[in-house]
Amino acid sequence: MLFKAAAVGVALAVSAVTAHAQSKETVKIGFVGPLSGGNSAAGVGGRNSAELAVRLRNADPKSKYKYELVALDDECKPNVGIQVATRAATDKNIIAGVTHYCSAVAIATVDVYHRFGMPAVVWGAILPAITYGNDYKEIHRVNGSMLDETAVATTFLTGTGYKKWVVVHDTTDYGNGLLKFFQEKIAKTDGQIVGTFGVSADQQDFSAELLKIKEAKPQIVVFAGLTPLGVRVRSQMERLGVNIQFAGVSGIMSTSYLEALGPNAEATIAFHNGAPPETMPGGKKFIEDYQKAGFKEPAEPYGPYAYVAADLIMAAIEKVGPDRKKVRDVLNATKNYQSIAGAITFDDHRNNSVASTKYVAQDGHWVRWEDSEYVSGKRKLKGL
Amino acid sequence: MAIFFEFVFNGAVLGIMYALVAVGFTLFFGVLDVIKFSHGDVLTLGAFSGLIAFLALQLVGLDLPFLGLIFVLLVACLVTGAIGAGIGQLFVIPMRNSSAFNILLMTLMIGTGIRESIRLFYPNGANPKAFPSLLPKTPIELGGVFLRLDSLILLALGFAVVFLTHWLIRHTKLGLAIRAVAQDGDTAQAMGIPFRRTVLATFALGSLLAGIAGVMHGIYYSEINFSVGLLLGIIGFSAAVVGGLGSIWGAIIGGFTFAALQTLWVVVFPDASGYRDVFAFAAIIIAMTIFPTGIIAERYSERV
Repeated sequence: MLFKAAAVGVALAVSAVTAHAQSKETVKIGFVGPLSGGNSAAGVGGRNSAELAVRLRNADPKSKYKYELVALDDECKPNVGIQVATRAATDKNIIAGVTHYCSAVAIATVDVYHRFGMPAVVWGAILPAITYGNDYKEIHRVNGSMLDETAVATTFLTGTGYKKWVVVHDTTDYGNGLLKFFQEKIAKTDGQIVGTFGVSADQQDFSAELLKIKEAKPQIVVFAGLTPLGVRVRSQMERLGVNIQFAGVSGIMSTSYLEALGPNAEATIAFHNGAPPETMPGGKKFIEDYQKAGFKEPAEPYGPYAYVAADLIMAAIEKVGPDRKKVRDVLNATKNYQSIAGAITFDDHRNNSVASTKYVAQDGHWVRWEDSEYVSGKRKLKGL
Repeated sequence: MAIFFEFVFNGAVLGIMYALVAVGFTLFFGVLDVIKFSHGDVLTLGAFSGLIAFLALQLVGLDLPFLGLIFVLLVACLVTGAIGAGIGQLFVIPMRNSSAFNILLMTLMIGTGIRESIRLFYPNGANPKAFPSLLPKTPIELGGVFLRLDSLILLALGFAVVFLTHWLIRHTKLGLAIRAVAQDGDTAQAMGIPFRRTVLATFALGSLLAGIAGVMHGIYYSEINFSVGLLLGIIGFSAAVVGGLGSIWGAIIGGFTFAALQTLWVVVFPDASGYRDVFAFAAIIIAMTIFPTGIIAERYSERV
């Protein structure tokens, strides 16, 4: 009995001390992205960036709350995504979420966030339907959509002289969506798509498809899918002697693409809604802070958007407190919010449009097209 | 015309990998009438142990082109052979008198166990791993036909392994024992053939073929991942069934048939290439209704 009383006394004393130390209320926000699997480089970069935003906010003496990031792994699989989204959304302590890199997952989870009323800010998925396919007030997006990306890609490629395309796309919502927009956009130019190849997202062998492409002799192979598949297609092109220019969408623009392919990655063209951080208004500070924070993995191109999404959520919580409905309303009304990636304005479907940037792989780095040696004429693309 | 040869050649590489997996299924079914569904995951294990062997070689600073490949293959064969015999000894033989359904389920679970263990215990096991090339990548152009030396060596290696297996079954004492057990286990035992040892040898042999297929797969695609054996296992099994479970030549024919179906679909309907596996499996279902006991039917051939 005496022992029990003493234990209770100690416990009380400890809790009093911690209560004093944490005078601020702790508020949790969720992060969901692929932390394992082939797309984990992008997911981990996003998580680190969101974590950075949280740390910086916590270090700010003016902030009213102490924030905690709850990172969850969706493995880039819709079924897993729904599980973890439900876990986050049913935890009332999680006020809002920085959610999803993979479009196929993000589109599958919008209903979950809507049903449980958890505000979500998409940081990496670009399928338009995520915001435009519904009227859920909970779903926002800071990183633009594939409408922005395909528009820039089509104009640029046809303008550079690539008139005859073959599109290889994965058969998820992501790849199918991209194909549809490419077809719409190219119809307005003098270019044409001479063949499309749908491939399943875990397909291993592309020899039949690639030999068929070799036969069709297009000027360029445009790949609409994610990194693991892009790596396989590109490396098998080399094995089969398909010597054609290769271009991809933001889905392949990760450091793991460059690492996996080595010299074969050279001259791959890609388009991304994320501009190089150096060219963003707050990009220099982001890079410095990220280095200072000592993360082992790179931020990856969508990292700044994960940072912005987390920052936007915390700014809303600062304004109205940790209440999902109120936070949602503040997020809905976001107009001209000055973020490190430029001004964020949500349209009537809570989507923030961005200007896509063109990149090319040069010596194992993704270099902005305008800054590359391909523009200065030192190096040449194939098929022109 | 040149492109036609390229289709055939690359389809053949795919086919020989399927065939190696299918031969394993056929051997297991031949000797014990069991379907061992962990076979695909044993393949993955073979590929991963090959990768570890290569990394170990690098660690001690040895970078030998052909000897490296042989070492990697040896390690993969040893690991998969041991695992195959182990599964036979610990799970299949003790259960051989229970219904086939139980063994199928049990090996399915063992396979899941192997797969998940690789995912959880290999560092960053959920991510695809780059596989070393191990063979010279020299491009070869013959009358407009583009090949790469490593693809050619892999194809030759695959055929060599298949013929060696066939020779082993046909012309050695062990092969004779395997065939005897396959025909009638009880009688074979009565004639003095060590039943358990023969069955375990068969399991080791079938499994190390999967190990070789795993390493070939890794080299050919330059990467491996923890779930690579899943689809390969299903394809290998279908190939064995359509060829005629229990017949080695049937398994080989089945493997090449499956690869040919996949390639053919893409060649004929390039715009619907996403449906190639749907087509290939549908064709297998139809083939099974036409040849219920496989293309090489059992009554015309001895088992194994």
